Amino acid sequence: MIQFKVNGQEKTFGGDPEMPLLWYLRDVAELTGTKFGCGMALCGACTVHQNGAAIRSCTTAMSEIGGTEITTIEGIAPMHPVQKAWMEIRVPQCGYCQTGQIMQAIAFLKDNKNPSDQDIDTAMSGNLCRCGTYQRIRAAIHQAAKHQATTHPTMKHPATKHPTTKHQAAKETA
Amino acid sequence: MKTIENVSFHVSRRGFLHGALASGVFVLSARLIPQPLWAAEAEAAAPPFQPSLWMSIASDGTVTIVAHRSEMGCGSRTALPLVVADELDADWSKVKIDQATGDPKYGDQDTDGSHSVRSSFDLMRQVGATGRVMLISAAAAQWNVSPKECTTESHFVVHRASGRKVGYGEVAAAAAKLPVPKKEDVPLKSRSQWRYIGKESNSLFDLPEMVTGKTIFGMDATMPGMVYASVEHPPVLGQKIKSYDDKAALKVPGVQKTLTIDTFKPPHQFQPLGGVAVIADNTWAAFRGRKSLKVEWDSSPHSEYNSAPFRKTLEATSRKPGKIVRNLGDVDAEFAKGGKIIEAEYYTPHLAHVSMEPPVAVAEYRDGKVLAWAPTQNPQAVQETIASVLGIKKEDVTCHVTLLGGGFGRKSKPDQVAEAAVLSKQLGKPVKVVWTREDDIHCDFFHSVAAMYMKAAIGADGKPTAWLQRTVYPPIGSTFDASATYALDEMGLGWNNLPFDIPNHRAENGPADYHVRIGWLRSVANIYHAFAIHSFADELAHNANRDSVQYLLDLIGPPRIVPLEYKEEDADEKQRYPLDTARWRRVVEIAAEKSGWGKRPMGKGRGMGIAAHRSFLTYVATVVEVEVDSKGQVHIPGVWTALDAGTVVSPDNVRNQFEGAAVFGTSLALFGEITATNGAIDQSNFNNYQLARMNRAPRHVDVQIVKSEAPPAGVGEPGVPPFAPALYNAVFAATGKRVRELPLSKTKLV
Repeated sequence: MIQFKVNGQEKTFGGDPEMPLLWYLRDVAELTGTKFGCGMALCGACTVHQNGAAIRSCTTAMSEIGGTEITTIEGIAPMHPVQKAWMEIRVPQCGYCQTGQIMQAIAFLKDNKNPSDQDIDTAMSGNLCRCGTYQRIRAAIHQAAKHQATTHPTMKHPATKHPTTKHQAAKETA
Repeated sequence: MKTIENVSFHVSRRGFLHGALASGVFVLSARLIPQPLWAAEAEAAAPPFQPSLWMSIASDGTVTIVAHRSEMGCGSRTALPLVVADELDADWSKVKIDQATGDPKYGDQDTDGSHSVRSSFDLMRQVGATGRVMLISAAAAQWNVSPKECTTESHFVVHRASGRKVGYGEVAAAAAKLPVPKKEDVPLKSRSQWRYIGKESNSLFDLPEMVTGKTIFGMDATMPGMVYASVEHPPVLGQKIKSYDDKAALKVPGVQKTLTIDTFKPPHQFQPLGGVAVIADNTWAAFRGRKSLKVEWDSSPHSEYNSAPFRKTLEATSRKPGKIVRNLGDVDAEFAKGGKIIEAEYYTPHLAHVSMEPPVAVAEYRDGKVLAWAPTQNPQAVQETIASVLGIKKEDVTCHVTLLGGGFGRKSKPDQVAEAAVLSKQLGKPVKVVWTREDDIHCDFFHSVAAMYMKAAIGADGKPTAWLQRTVYPPIGSTFDASATYALDEMGLGWNNLPFDIPNHRAENGPADYHVRIGWLRSVANIYHAFAIHSFADELAHNANRDSVQYLLDLIGPPRIVPLEYKEEDADEKQRYPLDTARWRRVVEIAAEKSGWGKRPMGKGRGMGIAAHRSFLTYVATVVEVEVDSKGQVHIPGVWTALDAGTVVSPDNVRNQFEGAAVFGTSLALFGEITATNGAIDQSNFNNYQLARMNRAPRHVDVQIVKSEAPPAGVGEPGVPPFAPALYNAVFAATGKRVRELPLSKTKLV
């Protein structure tokens, strides 16, 4: 039995350990927000988080997820600043790839709070959109970065730009 | 073209209760558990106010509007209900959309040809306005005042003189008892009164669900008790199973059994290709089982199809006279005069659609009836195809339409839905057929491979005095008639309606055989037609040492209405959408101005190109700027598109369509190529059939919509055709290399 968490819930799996996480999520757990696009980690439609990092669930076997925490789009509390930005910029056309795009963007923005266009292109070029919404995705990521900066000021980084915040945080810890 | 009169508008309320009730069954934002076909529908306690097939109002004020067109990303599922809501003067937040099942009562439901809004705009206005008139009449009767003294304000009927107002829901029951007024008694709003049509604030109805993963695409549809199937198709069109060995497949955990599907009898139409299906407990087990199948196929007349020699055949045909599809003056006489002659040949390969959602469907056969859920552009084609394959009546096929994860023309062809129905009949339970990306690419209805031959005689002023254009490609008609070789039905896609101001002009079409399934892909033959025409126009401009924009404007000529031949069924198009070169010139001028054409220094390895093409009745001009780096890789810092699509419902969505068209254009211009070896397709997934990713897509796409009160025209497709020639013309400006074949990746630029 493989034990793991999906969106905070304890799960076990005793089936084919080679089954990709994607098909477990879709066919077994009935979490269909994660999409099938290629089966070869070429398009990013199946992107979920494993311990907070973006992974391609179509090439991640169930045997690889034991003891880890999986988050799918259904586990993101709406409206996450990234989802909010996606709404404001009106990114989607057909919408099929967008949950994968959003999961990729959320993981990316955790590591890069104020990305450049170049950073975004590098982080997002593994996610295909056949409708061609890339320009809006880039704009939405910039917008989400702004939302996150205003929504969570204490999380803003780097600390040197916000000595007061850092000082306060230190005091609270003490 | 449909008009109000030939769509069943005055229908009995009772007959269409089904449509209203279906909203309780099919809620796109919830996990889908479709009701079985034979489940009795509960009788409605209080029938809603439903003055027509298309719209109803419940006593709580909820307005339900039927979307009879599929949503594949173009926005028609939102745009048409917005038009109804506008004329109804409804509050959009109280609107629900009921996705129609396939049924001829809705008229044509094929979501293709960029015509959802333009074909149904007037009808949807009438639907909303009729409801509004009836609500006013009902309220006026209650107040004992004249309807003329009443008006509406966002979901309320208002009597200003007495300060009274009543919500739509409260008068819905009374309105339901009134006769439906005649069309001439239903005033439409003036443009200045529109509250939704043309407004920047419009966004997709399904947007909140799209960003939270709650939307239901075909890939997400389920039926209770269903099994999963993956089908091994013949690698070559028309092959039949000689033998197969499923022993290893049946040992895969989760695999239940294998079944066969008969190969179609020509013409293939939308019938299943045939093959061996692996039935399993889940999608993965079906995929894995399929990998262990061993299938031997017999021969096919298409087993000799190889792309390189086929290209030579097409090109040879393009050098010989073909059927004349447009003829002005006498090009031969002009060519014989012995002046300057320029010739060029262009080639474009097959393309695959590769919607992000591969073909998928779930269907159940029971007691001679079929219930299907599918991401289809054309639910009536689902009905017809399944009925034909299973030998049942099409009325006995119910097709629910999910959201589509992209379509681009592929999902007008429901072969995978028919596979699910065929397998369900054999199994006696619902079946979900899931295609892999490899299935999708191997078994597409491909965009055709094409060869074009162009010839011009050049006058003293550098302008052509004669222009001959010849196009050759396996026609879409071959999908419906195996003997079809000419593409005369496709000449209206930018070939016989090129209104250049040239006294001697001839367009021809030569014959070609098909060897794979040919189908329409976003903007269809316009892609290769525009590529040849606008590459050639740019060649002539450079040959004459003229600025490309000015030369293009000269070719278009002075503002005028260009007389064209129309088919009888296009009489409405001829009347409402005359080919107006003033509108064409305007988009060229705007795109050039916005791009800074001729005003910005380009520097080494940089250049701009332009093309302007009218398709689906929309005028589009696109300027592409390229930067070719030291390795010969092409980057696209900017794209400027101007379009005149007449009246636009949702401008932001229209911009999104044209931004996307630039990316779609980049994919086909830089990378897109499908080839065949011995009849089998060489490409299989996104590693060898590449699409533009964010780092190769245009960095910035500027879209300008010309304000127009002309009737609405298409927006889903027309952005695509001018893109590739504009890009190639920019590459020429940047490098001096004139490339005459798609995709650019086949040519070394440095």
